[in-house]
Amino acid sequence: MMDFVLTEEQEMLRDMIRDFATNELKPVAAKIDEDGRIPQEIIEKIGEIGVFGAAFPEEYGGSGFGEVGYCLVQEEMGAACMSTATMIGAHCSIGLNSILIGGSEEMKLKYLPDLTSGKKIAAFALTEPGAGSDAFNLITKAEQDGDEWVINGEKLWITNGPFADVFAVYARTKRGITAFVVEKGTPGFTVGADEKKMGIKGSRTSSLTFDNVRVPKENMIGRDGRGFLTAMKTLDAGRLGLGAACLGAMKEFLRLSVAYAKERKQFSQPIANFQTIQNIIAEMAIMVYTTESLVYRTANDYDKETMLSRQSAMVKWVASENLDKCADMAMTIFAGMGYSKEMPIERMYRDSRINKIFEGTNEIQLGIIARDNLKRHGTM
Amino acid sequence: MNILVCISRVPDTASRILIGSDSKTIDPAGIKYVVNPYDEFGLEEALRLRTKNGGEVTAVTVGTAASTDVMRTALAMGADKVVLIKSENEPTDSFYVAKNIAELAKEISPDLILCGRQSVDYDSFQMTSVLAELLDMPSVSIVSALTVDSDKLTAERDIEGGKETVEAPLPCIISAQKGLNEPRYPKLPDIMKAKRKAIEERDAIPSEERVTISEMSILSKQRVGTILSDSDEDIAELVRLLHEDAKVI
Ligand SMILES: Cc1cc2nc3c(=O)[nH]c(=O)nc-3n(C[C@H](O)[C@H](O)[C@H](O)COP(=O)(O)OP(=O)(O)OC[C@H]3O[C@@H](n4cnc5c(N)ncnc54)[C@H](O)[C@@H]3O)c2cc1C
Repeated sequence: MMDFVLTEEQEMLRDMIRDFATNELKPVAAKIDEDGRIPQEIIEKIGEIGVFGAAFPEEYGGSGFGEVGYCLVQEEMGAACMSTATMIGAHCSIGLNSILIGGSEEMKLKYLPDLTSGKKIAAFALTEPGAGSDAFNLITKAEQDGDEWVINGEKLWITNGPFADVFAVYARTKRGITAFVVEKGTPGFTVGADEKKMGIKGSRTSSLTFDNVRVPKENMIGRDGRGFLTAMKTLDAGRLGLGAACLGAMKEFLRLSVAYAKERKQFSQPIANFQTIQNIIAEMAIMVYTTESLVYRTANDYDKETMLSRQSAMVKWVASENLDKCADMAMTIFAGMGYSKEMPIERMYRDSRINKIFEGTNEIQLGIIARDNLKRHGTM
Repeated sequence: MNILVCISRVPDTASRILIGSDSKTIDPAGIKYVVNPYDEFGLEEALRLRTKNGGEVTAVTVGTAASTDVMRTALAMGADKVVLIKSENEPTDSFYVAKNIAELAKEISPDLILCGRQSVDYDSFQMTSVLAELLDMPSVSIVSALTVDSDKLTAERDIEGGKETVEAPLPCIISAQKGLNEPRYPKLPDIMKAKRKAIEERDAIPSEERVTISEMSILSKQRVGTILSDSDEDIAELVRLLHEDAKVI
């Protein structure tokens, strides 16, 4: 019925990314957190080895590993550095995907090769000061003027905002919500200061301001008024990749917790001997296993083009809720050492919580799942 | 310039090694196999030399049919051609492996043959020398820097407490040491393309095994001794260790 065995090339991909993440990323994850940015050389290296093109077809400069391959990548990145996984996610899953999912062939050929190679970085701009969960009520305006569209408004919380080159911007036209490509440096387009955040500090986030920003009509992604659909389909992909990154971080929490529990002695024995600690480890292992099964089953459906919105909503909810629990459990096992900056637990704990918030809060995911289920009269 | 790179398929150093029921082989169950790390330096050097001087890089491994995984890695890193010389069992005798590689080398007449300084599974350190002898070529072992001209090479070798620079005419055999280069990560599109490239397979020529393994065993984990002074703190520590670790008091 189903085969959950990786192909030889998927295994090679995973091994290579694991080597890269372990050797190049993990050693600098604490510094990335402290500096509030990912070193340019690392972003370039990630581009060079072809990570940004993992999911995408070869005709656009990708390597055709599909969503399963992309999830393998994000799992390893999430284990090593959630800031980096977030940067990759915003670029690939929601920035680049807006164009891949919504754009014309001409537009894809124009933008995607530079994005899959990492020559340019993308961002996804939907959220506004007054439109978070209620993204449908966004008010950034786009008006047609001859062969151009004029955009006015403000976007908030845009991942990669401070340094992205290509922005998928969702704005309101007479026909509804419509997506546009806005390139860095377009007159009237400015990027705000880096937001100061609790976690994923190396993933840079900013506001965007559009003051009579003119873009040629070719920059419209897909059809006028169809942008919300593109945004929702894009987020379906994004939530899946987000789940994979959460999975990687959960596995890392489990590995670190088990190693510490075997090492740390109290009452003359390793704390791993205590049943309370064992129960925590067992629960973490169960969460890792269920999340892993869900992520790859769903990614496989995505590649077969049979995935439904409710499935990626479930992945997003399960993975981020479980990650948050794993973070807390790891903190329980490490106790004082977990709270200290000497150990990665403290950073990983702060980096975990965001996954319940962005790409649609977990409450919004429950809404998607519930509405779908009510429509199906309680059947799956 | 044509280069032959010898690749050994070895258990990942992070793997937990268990001895098979015959007490003579490593139990392959649950082991992850990788390209021998020292051979990666060799392959990387070959790829860099090709970029500089042109030519072709052929990677060869003598191993069981399962060795296609490391051959694909060699292709993904950039080898032009890979040859799997198939043996029925996992080869453990250096002479047998060298003899088979020598036959291939005679066919393709490489200007340079690169091996790793050792294979991290059986650690015989013999390949370079046996191969050089069989092919009547000069060999330079444990090389940490290499420059190749049209008809000779200059190599830096790690020797006890220092370095040595040597020259040798081509064709020549080199064994790679850590530090020779920083092996590249295979790029994603190249991993995908490697899937479509052919692995040339041929059967190993039967050859006597000059050394055979009669028994393997795993050392039990050695307890590391702790030396304490007669200071007050150390005496307290000694009591703690005897009580908590050794559990004798
Ligand atoms: C670090 C970071 C990076 C981000 N990156 C991006 C990005 O790259 N691009 C982008 O467009 N956006 C991005 N966002 C925005 C993010 O998607 C929103 O923050 C998120 O959708 C929630 O919106 P909000 O913060 O305005 O919360 P609100 O919508 O104000 O929600 C407040 C609370 O009310 C709940 N709530 C709201 N409506 C309902 C409802 N109908 N039913 C039940 N509960 C409800 C929410 O779940 C939440 O608990 C990012 C945010 C952060 C913090």
